[in-house]
Amino acid sequence: MHMLAVLSRLAWRNLWRNHRRTLIMLLAIILGTWAMIFMTALMRGMVSQMVADGISSLPGHVQVHHPDFRDDPSVANLINVPDSEIAERFNAANFRQWASRVRVPAVITSEYDSRGVTLVGVDPALEDGLTFVDYREVEGRFLESADDKGVVIGRKLADILNTEVGKRIVLMSQDPDNEIADRGFRVVGLFTASVKAFEEQFVFAGKTTTQNMLRIGDQVSEIAVLGDDYRDVEAEFQKTLELINDGVTVQRWTEVDRFLGTMLGVMDGFVLVWIVVIFLALSFGLVNTLVMAVFERVREIGLMLALGMRPKDILGQIILESLLLLAIGLALGSALAWATVQPIRDGIDLSMVSEGMEMMGVSSVLVPELLLSDVVLANVVVLILGFFASLSPAWRAAQYEPIEAITKV
Amino acid sequence: MNLVLRLAWRNLWRQPRRTWLTTGAMVFSNTLLVFMISLQFGMYGLMINNTLQAYTGHLQIQAPGYIDDQKMRQTVADILPLAERLRAEFPEQSIAARATGFALVSSADRSYGVAVVGVEPGYESRVSTLPGLVSSGRFLEDNDAAEIVIGAALARILRVDVGDELTLLGSGKDGSFAAAVVIIAGIFDSGLPDFDRSFTEIPLGLFDDVFYMNGSGHHVVINNGGISGVADLKTRVEATVPPGEELVVHDWDALQPGLQQTIKADISSAFFMYGILVILVAFSVLNTQLMSVLERTHEFGIVMSLGLTPGRLGRLVLLETAIMGFMGLVLGAILGGLVTWWLSFNGFAYPGMEEMASRFNLPARFYPEVTLISLLSGPVVVFLFTLLAALYPALRLHKLHPVEAMRAV
Repeated sequence: MHMLAVLSRLAWRNLWRNHRRTLIMLLAIILGTWAMIFMTALMRGMVSQMVADGISSLPGHVQVHHPDFRDDPSVANLINVPDSEIAERFNAANFRQWASRVRVPAVITSEYDSRGVTLVGVDPALEDGLTFVDYREVEGRFLESADDKGVVIGRKLADILNTEVGKRIVLMSQDPDNEIADRGFRVVGLFTASVKAFEEQFVFAGKTTTQNMLRIGDQVSEIAVLGDDYRDVEAEFQKTLELINDGVTVQRWTEVDRFLGTMLGVMDGFVLVWIVVIFLALSFGLVNTLVMAVFERVREIGLMLALGMRPKDILGQIILESLLLLAIGLALGSALAWATVQPIRDGIDLSMVSEGMEMMGVSSVLVPELLLSDVVLANVVVLILGFFASLSPAWRAAQYEPIEAITKV
Repeated sequence: MNLVLRLAWRNLWRQPRRTWLTTGAMVFSNTLLVFMISLQFGMYGLMINNTLQAYTGHLQIQAPGYIDDQKMRQTVADILPLAERLRAEFPEQSIAARATGFALVSSADRSYGVAVVGVEPGYESRVSTLPGLVSSGRFLEDNDAAEIVIGAALARILRVDVGDELTLLGSGKDGSFAAAVVIIAGIFDSGLPDFDRSFTEIPLGLFDDVFYMNGSGHHVVINNGGISGVADLKTRVEATVPPGEELVVHDWDALQPGLQQTIKADISSAFFMYGILVILVAFSVLNTQLMSVLERTHEFGIVMSLGLTPGRLGRLVLLETAIMGFMGLVLGAILGGLVTWWLSFNGFAYPGMEEMASRFNLPARFYPEVTLISLLSGPVVVFLFTLLAALYPALRLHKLHPVEAMRAV
């Protein structure tokens, strides 16, 4: 233990013998660490947003559908359990939030134009906070109950259809017997969404009203369950499986949208690759610095060996020197990354490229996400790899023959 | 060999390990840059082409405002004569007229709301890849035949096959009721279920009858083959078809704003990463050259007292760096070129890329191409930054006093 203290002090003093070299290396490490963590925070923020927006378009971390609903999301593929019974089972299960909906393709027609849309029949009490529509941001009002006779459409769709709050539109779909099912609705509200495409795609009506229009009695097409953390929905998934598993498919959101599902994994891989690439770029300089430090001190190392210091202590001293350098750089770099994230904590406005971001499924404000786990990962990876990188110069130093080393000029 | 050059070369190899480590840092970054830049810009090209050739084309002539609202009534009058005139004027371009609407298509069992596009059967295959995707049956042939081409997913939902009858119900240009009975001529399979479910094409002549278009349509699409020269073509088209109350010409950037912006967003994040890599290499070089200058203080003192000016010594240091940088450039470009060249035969894939790729109209396996720009742009920038980094040690020489320097150990 005493030896370690001596070695650390030696390593520390040696570092500052050539302060210019140490400072330059330190700067490089700080910059590298900052880049690792800052960039990761930005990318994480982007992916989280992508996932959050993506989940909000098909709200629910765990979803239940008829097995054929995915290929044919229509009135033909409804869940075979009546909604009243679903409500009984799911209300008893203590989920954070859940909702059942009717979701069918429909054609919406105003007196001016018509469009293909997704008609979602919802119970507004169950959906609050679950859907991407913020009830309080709706122009006019959102639906008030499951048998509300009105309809809420997106602002963009309203523009296209030349309609507004208070006007009437017709929704046309089909019932299970393939008869045209249509009904006139009064537009009671216009919603805005962070992803503009949603404003064109989704039309909300009361669940019961929709069921009546489609003549499907008490049936629904979708059950959505919300968990606490979208990264881990296993508990909700298992609980849902226990509640309902006959004649339906229960899916985690990662399976519902494979693009989003793979994004998280791809991101984890990318973070690691990025950290390792930066480290490799740094490692050349690090090894170089150590090689130089050893080279300059050949005589001194020979003297220490001659005085009885064991080779493994020389090894330890050089490695300690390298780890000390890395640790200081990592600490300062991490701190710098934290400090640069603070002023943009609330998000960077990317509206310049908003439509491109939308193509990726992201709204135009990028909120960086600094995860402790990423900071730890960067630090640990750099320290471990740094240890291995410094092995070779340190090993070389430990192998010197004292006599040869002392006489070397 | 010139004396100074020989001196610089010999100086480099006084510390071969250090020189190789510094060069190694450059080779590493250059290899990575060549590979990344080839991959990146190759992907952009593919993304643009695949997206535009699928349907959008490089230029479209539309009614003013149609680009934002896509209302049925925002039409281009006498669209067929217009297309004919353009074809006569620009014989080397692929040009076709289209009209778009929405309708509920019904088979004996089922109905579904879809986009219906009226196309010129003889010309559509030159401006869109869709006709080539018809996997069973054939594409449309006769401009007035009561035929339709639908997607594979829609065919499954409607439980129909080639030769079956479908009913179209929608609203016409004047808001009146539009209906037709059509025979399925072909079924296409794009591999994108959402698209296959919601997109259909019928002949333009039939569209005109069914939707009461009176000879009008929604856009004339021009496929330029590639994006180079589009701006020039746009000017020439605008000379033929003066924009005004009736017509406007939009280029692909206006038609698919997401595309350019996705690329911009991607470029900026990529350039951030490249920048960090380059700066880290510069630090490495700065450190090495500073060390090598400090080591030689004694020696420099002697040559300066013999009459060599600090400026010439500085040039020597810069030359050493340039040689090292040049080795890094050549080796990095060769190595990066080899990696990319190998991948251009074997393809590059990344776990999870398939899902991401299909979102941006890219193939799941990507074959990067080596071009002079992708091969040299990264390494040249690294080279320049290397020289920049060596400026500080080179300029430091001016502060050197020969007598003091000679005393240094």
